[in-house]
Amino acid sequence: MSAKQNILGKLRHSLTGTTPVPDNFDEALVTQIYTYPPEQRIAQLRKLMEAVHTEIHLTRGAEWPALLAQLLQKRELPSLLIAPTTEHGRRITEHWSNHPQLPQLKAYDRPVEEWKAELFNDTPASLTTTLGAIAATGSLILWPTREEPRLMSLVPPVHFALLKASEIYDNFYQVQQQFAWAQGMPTNALLVSGPSKTADIEQVLAYGAHGPKDLVVLILEDQ
Amino acid sequence: MNAALIPTVEVSEDFRTRAHQALGDAQLRNNFRNAMDSLMSKRAASFSDAHEREHLRALGNAVRARALSKLPDLLEQLEANLTRNGVTVHWAETVEEANAIVLSIIRRREATQVIKGKSMVSEEMEMNHVLAAQGIECLESDMGEFIVQLDHEKPSHIIMPAIHKNASQVASLFHEKLGVEYTKDVDQLIQIGRRVLREKFFEADIGVSGVNFAVAETGTLLLVENEGNGRMSTTVPPVHIAVTGIEKVVENLRDVVPLLSLLTRSALGQPITTYVNMISGPRKADELDGPEEVHLVLLDNGRSQAFADSELRQTLNCIRCGACMNHCPVYTRIGGHTYGEVYPGPIGKIITPHMVGLAKVPDHPSASSLCGACGEVCPVKIPIPALLRRLREENVKAPDSPHPVMRGQGSKYSRQERFIWNAWAKLHSSPTLYRLFTFAATRLRALVPNNVGPWTQNHSAPKPAARSLHDLAREHLAKQGAR
Ligand code: SF4
Repeated sequence: MSAKQNILGKLRHSLTGTTPVPDNFDEALVTQIYTYPPEQRIAQLRKLMEAVHTEIHLTRGAEWPALLAQLLQKRELPSLLIAPTTEHGRRITEHWSNHPQLPQLKAYDRPVEEWKAELFNDTPASLTTTLGAIAATGSLILWPTREEPRLMSLVPPVHFALLKASEIYDNFYQVQQQFAWAQGMPTNALLVSGPSKTADIEQVLAYGAHGPKDLVVLILEDQ
Repeated sequence: MNAALIPTVEVSEDFRTRAHQALGDAQLRNNFRNAMDSLMSKRAASFSDAHEREHLRALGNAVRARALSKLPDLLEQLEANLTRNGVTVHWAETVEEANAIVLSIIRRREATQVIKGKSMVSEEMEMNHVLAAQGIECLESDMGEFIVQLDHEKPSHIIMPAIHKNASQVASLFHEKLGVEYTKDVDQLIQIGRRVLREKFFEADIGVSGVNFAVAETGTLLLVENEGNGRMSTTVPPVHIAVTGIEKVVENLRDVVPLLSLLTRSALGQPITTYVNMISGPRKADELDGPEEVHLVLLDNGRSQAFADSELRQTLNCIRCGACMNHCPVYTRIGGHTYGEVYPGPIGKIITPHMVGLAKVPDHPSASSLCGACGEVCPVKIPIPALLRRLREENVKAPDSPHPVMRGQGSKYSRQERFIWNAWAKLHSSPTLYRLFTFAATRLRALVPNNVGPWTQNHSAPKPAARSLHDLAREHLAKQGAR
């Protein structure tokens, strides 16, 4: 008999004569106190994300590329990793082509194996979009794609994220239901609630453990 | 630096000896006291609404109980969905089988370097040790685990593995083992760890991780963490192997919503961890990164034994938040290493006997004052004190008693003790004997020795009263009657 058969056999034997516990999931418990009036969602998200050292900027659809350029220059970042084929990637390329002095743009357009060393050692910042955010926990929702792969939001020390104000949802339960997550999950889905951190030494909080040291969120108020 | 090739030191002696040593270590007690105080107050602050907390705990308990009530079906559903998503599922009854599975994947890939995110199940397997013996480097990447591995120790807490050390101890360790300049600055220490481990993530052939929740409905492995090492370990190397216990499965994706909230708040007082990483498959043909292969190893290792008994089954509700140890007055004083096994504290006392047999950890069930704090804070409402009492019973059952419940039961059985209890029961069920006994006890009270074993180490010897309660009551009633 295989390990699987043995394990399942033992478990089934132990359950003989029992009935499954009914599903009495009370969704009110995970939604009621985690529901906010629309005008408060940004404030709620901000409060939680800033409490864990996230930098947040309010901007608008027409202005964010300029703000991004400014933030890069202020931080003296020499380059920015982007997803060139996405809508926001194109916006950046366009803005950059009109402003020749800006930091270099890098495209994540080939398998990681072909440029792993550069990604790890010479890619100081990246910009990705988000699927939205969750006000209750102060979390960004990321579903990496072919265009915007998983490592983009993880390896570069500074991660810029774009967030549309209209896509800030109340809580995780609502997001799962509204977008029918249970019907199909991507290979990797993430909730990101700040820059990487640890309190493993003496409970002292330190940022920049293994992932990004800085998380900068640009909220597009008019979108 | 090749820390992983040197196996960790074995903790020697027995539980009592270790407890005495730990109690005498002022630095250790101080480190634990400070850490536990802070974890307790963070948890309390994050559950400021007691009403919500109690309802959420009830929901957490119901979700776990429902999952366990259909465990075999959910495991099959999980396997089917993961397989459909391209993940290979393996089953292991023992840690030896689980290690063999991991080794065979490593061999097939001709891998030499393994990087590990935090995984308590891999500690059960002693994976670092096993791989090191085969010449394969298996490096811990969680900062706490990294520190502990560097010092050839084992984790002393399931969430905060290096909590027994303070910053100066880590500073000396890094200085000695990594050859860096001595610094007590925590930020700098973390940056040193980051530098060393980034290189390892880059080089590793295989990433190993644990799993916090495995969702049957979607075939999703959910991992929570703050550091990003879990994401690194599961995303950068070409192969990801997740190892987990068979109890970690939940039925629906929505079930993780309350469990996640309970887990991060109970463990660290955070509304959520920095990363919630949901993995449902390996890299797709057109994707540019992510592992080519994802494996899940489902390990039994004694869990099906706990599952067989409907009371002990509740042990498997555990979501490994560590709150029970943070609130345990015994754990706080003796620290995690004293338990000598992978899981310390209250959860360790109720789960370890199923993994290694009661005979190997005979003192576990009794190393508790039964104050009840663990049961009160457990986010999935495991009645830990009741389970401890149950294990105490199993521990003193006669070795030949019918229907054995667990491996190694009866390890503290003593004929003498059993004889005394039987006599005690007789004495209290026969009025004549009882009267005779109290008569003798009150008259001969002067004969009680001043030294009665462990009792008199910390207490004065128990002396019977000059007159029994019965006697006094009789007299009292007689007086009242006379009035
Ligand atoms: S027994 Fe309860 S409190 Fe202890 S680790 Fe498990 S879930 Fe947390």
